[in-house]
This record gives sequence, structure tokens and C-alpha cells, in this order.
Amino acid sequence: MSEMLLMKGNEAMAEAAIRAGSEGYFAYPITPQSEVAEYMAREAPKHGTVFLQAESELAAINMLYGAAGAGFKVWTSSSSPGISLMQEGISYIAGAMLPCVIVNVNRGGPGLGTIQPSQGDYFQTVKGGGHGDYRLITLAPSTVQEIADYMSLAFDLAWKYRNPAMILMDGALGQMMEKVQFKPYTDPGRDFSWSTRGKKEDRESNFITSLFIKPEEMEQVNLQLQRTYREIEKNEVRYETYEIDDADLVFVAYGLSARIASKVMHILRNKGLKVGLVKPVTLWPYPYKILHDLADRVKGFFVMELNAGQMVEDVRLGVNGKKEVGFYGRMGGMIYSPEEVAEKVEAFARKIGM
Amino acid sequence: MAKVKGAVVINTENCKGCGLCIYACPTDTLGFSKEINSKGFNYSEMVQDECIACVSCALVCPDAVITVYRMKKDKAV
Amino acid sequence: MGITVSLENMDKIYERPKTLKDQVMHYCPGCGHGVAHRLVMEIVAELGIQEKTIGIAPVGCSVFAYYYMDIDMQEAAHGRACAVATGVKRMMPDHYVFTYQGDGDLAAIGTNETIHACNRGENITIVFVNNAVYGMTGGQMAPTTLIGQITTTCPSGREQVANGYPIRMSELVAQLPGTTYVERVAVNTPARVRKAKKALTKAFKSQELKKGTSFIEIVSNCPSNWKMTPVESNKWLDENMLPYYPLGLYKDEISGE
Repeated sequence: MSEMLLMKGNEAMAEAAIRAGSEGYFAYPITPQSEVAEYMAREAPKHGTVFLQAESELAAINMLYGAAGAGFKVWTSSSSPGISLMQEGISYIAGAMLPCVIVNVNRGGPGLGTIQPSQGDYFQTVKGGGHGDYRLITLAPSTVQEIADYMSLAFDLAWKYRNPAMILMDGALGQMMEKVQFKPYTDPGRDFSWSTRGKKEDRESNFITSLFIKPEEMEQVNLQLQRTYREIEKNEVRYETYEIDDADLVFVAYGLSARIASKVMHILRNKGLKVGLVKPVTLWPYPYKILHDLADRVKGFFVMELNAGQMVEDVRLGVNGKKEVGFYGRMGGMIYSPEEVAEKVEAFARKIGM
Repeated sequence: MAKVKGAVVINTENCKGCGLCIYACPTDTLGFSKEINSKGFNYSEMVQDECIACVSCALVCPDAVITVYRMKKDKAV
Repeated sequence: MGITVSLENMDKIYERPKTLKDQVMHYCPGCGHGVAHRLVMEIVAELGIQEKTIGIAPVGCSVFAYYYMDIDMQEAAHGRACAVATGVKRMMPDHYVFTYQGDGDLAAIGTNETIHACNRGENITIVFVNNAVYGMTGGQMAPTTLIGQITTTCPSGREQVANGYPIRMSELVAQLPGTTYVERVAVNTPARVRKAKKALTKAFKSQELKKGTSFIEIVSNCPSNWKMTPVESNKWLDENMLPYYPLGLYKDEISGE
């Protein structure tokens, strides 16, 4: 274990990527995550990692496609408008089954929006974004330590399944300074026999493509993707729970909202309301089962998000009508205070007869 | 000076009958076939023994179906 | 019925390169793409760089280039070939990396990626096939469609007022300090095919110097969408394309290196 450091989320992300053996980083500056590119520009050359500032996010994601297609461990980062611009490339990367990591330091939208933090890109990340039936393995850190931990995890999962992985975090996490320790990392080993590193005489040429013009072939590719997704759903659901054993009401929140939720939880417990928290770590695959199971014994769920209500739809899918699901959200870069949320939760609790 | 003598072999099954080789041939060695291949193209073929092995036909052939041969030097007539 | 000539005492002096897969290309009869594909593969064979060459295919008629070229390849999103090539080359600076793109891909939707790759001086070869029309989608106006030229989306001929001017990419990228070698060639006559091959060879070899981008524009035909026979299309190319897109060397900073 390395020494304890005090680092900004964005910088911890970059440092973690380098320590996870990142071989290349391609990106375009955008607030609130430009420190990532600055950190990589400074540190990448010291570690033999390629750094290139692209002319646009469109170019950056396609550079990533090329580099990942050549079998290298590569990543990019951006924020909401930039991630929107990358959606075409992300769909191609998913279709061509290329492993890579994309970080979205979510800011408020729609449109150019604001540079303040938001969780408004949940749908874009886990329900599509680009065209076609694809999924992104999505990890949602809520501390700077988790940003560092999930970076290497994201690389490993991307390579294990040959599928792009996204780290979805909000702008506040990128900008916040916290203590962090980098865990020692060992690459689990990567197979890149499929990649384009030059055709050797003893094999057929490799090609990276997402084009399968015959519908019969295209369906087979889709079925292959779906098999991979089922496999990921089976093996990689991750979440954390806090004080759910005696809980009557369960919060569901991720990222910055999970931090605030834990504060709300303590306010309410002090008032005698038994509240717990489920914090999804993977937003896809989503931890439906724990919610489904909890629904048999708790009185209700409460979702808080920095958006108009996106993940709450997945919570409702998990709960499947067994219990009421309350929601409170702020948008446009506004962040709720714990007291403000506590009030909403108390009202919800009264409504469901708690 | 001895006349260069050559010949071409055309993969007629893969020829699309575009005729660019026929147009490029300086000695009118090539012409369209009367028959068609399995894809329905009147392919290109040698219609007279005038080939000078200049390779023009193969150079402009978009389907790379032409192989060009040239008489060994000591056999030139 | 054709004649049969004995091949006894004859040497094989030209044959299809081994680096071209044994596949019938999907191109229409007489299409210049086939010649351009063959030339690139001849060069890869002759330079002995099959194990070190990575090609980037575009979206457009040549989208299936990887079915024909026996090298490792990647199929890029429409217009993004130069960005994809950049990603590959930056990771493997000692490999030969080229893009193969049509006019819509390179000069419309991908102009930004093209210009910035050239401006960074990415050490890649860009093979640009300009036939002044969108082939794959069925004959729509291209950025390089000539004034007056009829396509399905400028049915009375391209007009400057409505559609702007045909873009001259070789002239444009030659202005950028990142390019080292820019030449416009054609493949509609045997002599021009030879010249095109020389240019392409030089472009590929220039990657060894690591001095910048090499850009070869191949003015080509599209018999199907120009609605002509292949022979007519090659004449039309001479009479209409070449006056606006003059063949020749636009930049050479590598000769003598």
C-alpha cells in the first residue's frame, strides 16, 4: 500500500490509471475535469504512457478506438457535453468489442448546461446513449479513494469482457480533495491476439469492425454481445449497504448523493427513523436483486439523485411494485443539503404510514 | 530488333468485363468474349496473338485478374 | 472464342499481389478503387511490410477494404479514419499506418480529423480516392463534386450558390506544415497507374523518416454513379476532373532524405 496522499479526484483518477498500467490517454479539455489531461500531460511521459490532446472529443474517442483496436490499455475522460459527442465512437467501440475505459465527470445539462456537478447522465450511460443494443460496464465512485480503486477495476473488467467500461462520477468528486492510498496493482493478464498489431504469417489478418452487413451475421454479433452482458450481469454486480439490517426505510443513492444520503441517514436515525442505504457501485449491471429482496421486509425506498429522476426507474424495476419508492432530486448543478433531503424523506415516511 | 512476345492469362470467372484492359491494349490483343461467365459478364480474353507483354492491361485492371507473361530473351523471335 | 497461346518458354512478369486476398471485390466493373487497392497491396508486398502495416478503412464504397487487403485493419466510423490511424500510430510508432478514404469520408464528414492529423504531422499515409460522388449511398453530391456535375442531390448540376465549391484537398493539406509529401495522381491510364504506384511507394517509405504526414490523392472514376461505361468514365475524368484537380506534386520535403 502506498503512503496516504491528499489529492483532487481528477488527479487521483489519472494517477490510478498510470498505476494500473495505462498505455495511452487521448482527450480534449472540458471543465470540470481538465486537470486529468493536465496531469497526464505532465506525468504520462515519465511512465512511457502516450498522451495526446485531440482536436475534439470526436477525435479523442476514435483515437481510443484505434489504440484499443491495436490491443493497448487506453482510456479517455471528459464531461457531459464531451461525452455526448463521443457517443458515436462509444457505440462503435462496443460493437467492435474493444476494451477501454471512459470517464464521465458529469456536469449539469442539457445542452451546454453548467459546469457544476450533476448526475443527469445516468440514462445516457446505462440505457444507451449511442445507437444500437449495447451496454457499458459502469462504475460509480463516491469518494476519491473509490475513484482510484475503480480505475484499475474498470480496466480489468473492460479487458475481461472485451467491453468498454465507464466511470460515471459527478463534477464535485472530480474537484474535491481527499485522502487516497493507491493499492498495489497487478495486471491479471490480457489477451490481445484479436488486435491489429500487424499480420503475422502464421495467422489470418485481424480486423476490427462493427459492420456486419448481412442481418444473419449482425444478429449473431448481437447475440454474442448479449451473452457477454448476461455473463457480466451474473458476475459483476457490485453494491455496498449501510445500516440496512434494522432499516424500515432504505435510501438508494450513488456518487455524491450517496455521501449526502449517509448524512441524511444519521439525521433521521437521531430522530428515531430507522434508515439504511444501498449504494450501487455498478450502475450497470444494476443491483436489482438486493432491492427486490429488501422490498419484502422494509416499508419503503427513497431515491435521491442530482437529476429529475433517472436511477429511480431502476429502483422501481428492482422493487417491482412491492413497496413505495420516494424520490427527491435537484438539477442544473444545484446540490441538496442533508437537512433539505431529510425533510422530504420525513414527509414521504408519513405518507407511507411510517 | 526482335519483337517482344508475350501473353496474358485472365481469370475470366472473376473478370467483370469492364473493358478497360481492352481499351488500354496497344496491339488490340484483347477483346470481349462472346460467352459470359457465371456472373453474366462478357469477360476479356486474348483475341489475337499480338501481345507484347507491356502490362498495360494488368495495370488498369481494377480486379487484378490479369497475369502477364513474356517470352524468355533467348527465345525471342 | 478467344485464342490460346502456349506459355512455354515464358516468364511470368506480372501477377496479382499475394497481399491481396483471393476475393472478388464488390466494386462495380471498371471502378478505380480496385486499382488503388491493388497498388497499395503491391507496395506492402514489395516493401516486405505486411507484418508491420495497419490499414484503416473508411465508411463509403471501400468500407470492406479489410476483406481484400491481407493485412491487419480497422474499420473506422464515417470520417474518423485519421483519428483512428492516429491512435494506432501513436501506440506503434514503428508500424506503417495508412488510411484509405473516399471524398465524402475524408473531405466532408471527416475534414476536421483529416486536417488535424495532417497539421500534427501524424506519421501516417493518407490515401484519398476522389471520384467526385458518394458511391455507397447511391450517387449523391460529394464535397468534390464539380460545378455543373449532376448527382441525385444536385439533380440540375452542382451550383456554387446553393452548394459551394468543390474542395481541393491536396492543395489544402499541402499548406499545412505537418505534411511532408503531397501528390495528386490518377489511375485511368497505364502510365498514370505506374506514376501513382511510385507516389504511393514514396508515401509509405516516408513513414520511415518520421517527419510528417504523406497524402496521396487519387483522382478516380465512378462509372455507375456517373452513369457511363468504364471507358467513357475515364475519358470524362480526363476532360472534367483533371482541369479542376490538376495532377502533380504539391509538396515534397522528403526527396533526397
